[in-house]
Amino acid sequence: MEHATHQLPGLMTRTEADLRQIFLRQVEAIPAGERIKRCIQCGTCTGSCPVSYAMDISPRQLIALFRAGELETIMRSRSIWICASCYACTTRCPSGIKITDVIYALKRTVMEKEYESKAPQVQVLAKLFVDNLMSYGRLHEGTLIRKYYMKTGIFKLFGFIPLVKKMLETKRLALFPKKIKEHKSLSRIIKKAQEIEMRHVPEKLEYSPEFVGYRGLGDMKLESRKGE
Amino acid sequence: MKYAYYPGCSLEKTQRGYDESVRAVFKALDQELVEIDDWNCCGATMYMSVKETVSLAVSARNLALGERMGLDILAPCSSCFTTLSKTNRILNEIPEMRRDVNEALAEGGLSYSGKVKVRHPLDILMNDIGLEAVRARFQRNLNGLKIAPYYGCQIVRPDKTFDDRENPMLLDRLFRACGGDVVYFPMKLRCCGGMLMTTFEETALKLNKELLECALDNGADVMVTTCPLCHMNLEAYQGKINNFYKTTFNIPIIYFTQLLGIALGLPAKSLGLDSSFIPLGKKVTTLTEVFYA
Repeated sequence: MEHATHQLPGLMTRTEADLRQIFLRQVEAIPAGERIKRCIQCGTCTGSCPVSYAMDISPRQLIALFRAGELETIMRSRSIWICASCYACTTRCPSGIKITDVIYALKRTVMEKEYESKAPQVQVLAKLFVDNLMSYGRLHEGTLIRKYYMKTGIFKLFGFIPLVKKMLETKRLALFPKKIKEHKSLSRIIKKAQEIEMRHVPEKLEYSPEFVGYRGLGDMKLESRKGE
Repeated sequence: MKYAYYPGCSLEKTQRGYDESVRAVFKALDQELVEIDDWNCCGATMYMSVKETVSLAVSARNLALGERMGLDILAPCSSCFTTLSKTNRILNEIPEMRRDVNEALAEGGLSYSGKVKVRHPLDILMNDIGLEAVRARFQRNLNGLKIAPYYGCQIVRPDKTFDDRENPMLLDRLFRACGGDVVYFPMKLRCCGGMLMTTFEETALKLNKELLECALDNGADVMVTTCPLCHMNLEAYQGKINNFYKTTFNIPIIYFTQLLGIALGLPAKSLGLDSSFIPLGKKVTTLTEVFYA
């Protein structure tokens, strides 16, 4: 059955439909997120991006691929991890698309599906950042950087010796992390927020063959989102 | 005016020059800063890595603490400023999100109704206190010091907040009024790469090289920053950029509040100028009469 639908032109595969459902849920959380439908493929985003030269898929292409039902290709790109979220594209998009936030939504979709990434170091950093925050409530840069390089290339740590020396000389280095006072209450808040988040995740994704492109978005809740 | 001060993790130690100068400048201008008791990290990078509700709740805890103090929040770090503002906007625009976040905050005995405003020190200096009132306090003339004003990408984006999103002018106007020579600096908003310095080092080195080059080509003696991450990349990694590109950059990078503090006649020590990695150069040191060893 499923195989048959694969063959039909313009219809999405099951994987693609799954991804799209997760991604659109993320897009819904962006104020004015539905503007993604308005892309005119002008390329202003790519032209404004200071790092597009280093991307394998440009920001304009990201939207084109989503529209064409190729989210899976995006999931495996390194582009979304290079975005430093400077918002140059978002500021200039003539259609008002929140491109930076769309890229954040793509990152979260990858994290949720646990795709193998072309830039695993970014996920390593993100996870360590979260761990750091969970343990102390505040970020301790020293711990973060030390753990990061211990996971991604320990020899690089030696390169930091001169910097560490300078930081000590100028009293800019806290050797040990310290916890916030209400650390326990912050943990409870985070735990509760995780629970709430799970309520919004459907247990089983339903698959019905949908069209690629915007046709399939016609009855999305996205229509009613405010912010226009 | 009185503000709830949110220093953020970087300002606590590694960027103490920013923290000390913000406090000193605001005190000199008769503004009261009360540090938010037991604030937590704004969540910055968490936006990408964890679930939406969790990052919003972490960030919103600070907004709730500010609201309890009945004050607007002052956040000097560009990243904290953008993250807290963005959280604020989402919680105000999407009621379901606010309901969810409040349910989580209740676990910590907190709630947030959306009343707090998140402000950046540059905004307060120029739009609340006003250039005329700041000018009246000037003690030292910056004597034609050539300044490259680097705004960084976060303080005026993504939403129009307090200055133009393509060509902000507040730093230019401020330092021109101090007697500085603000040079042409078309890269004033160009991104420094932020955390890319850790994850995509070569890309970040290139971005920062271009920024330094642009400042130098336009004759800047000093580059002024508003963000701890930009500051770290441009200052602490300047040596690495030199190694990588065989360049010889030696441009002092200082926070806008440090330079403003100099114009206000505040002692160099109270502005954390002793924490700079790159010698401040003769032009700055003659202004402050303190030599950096």
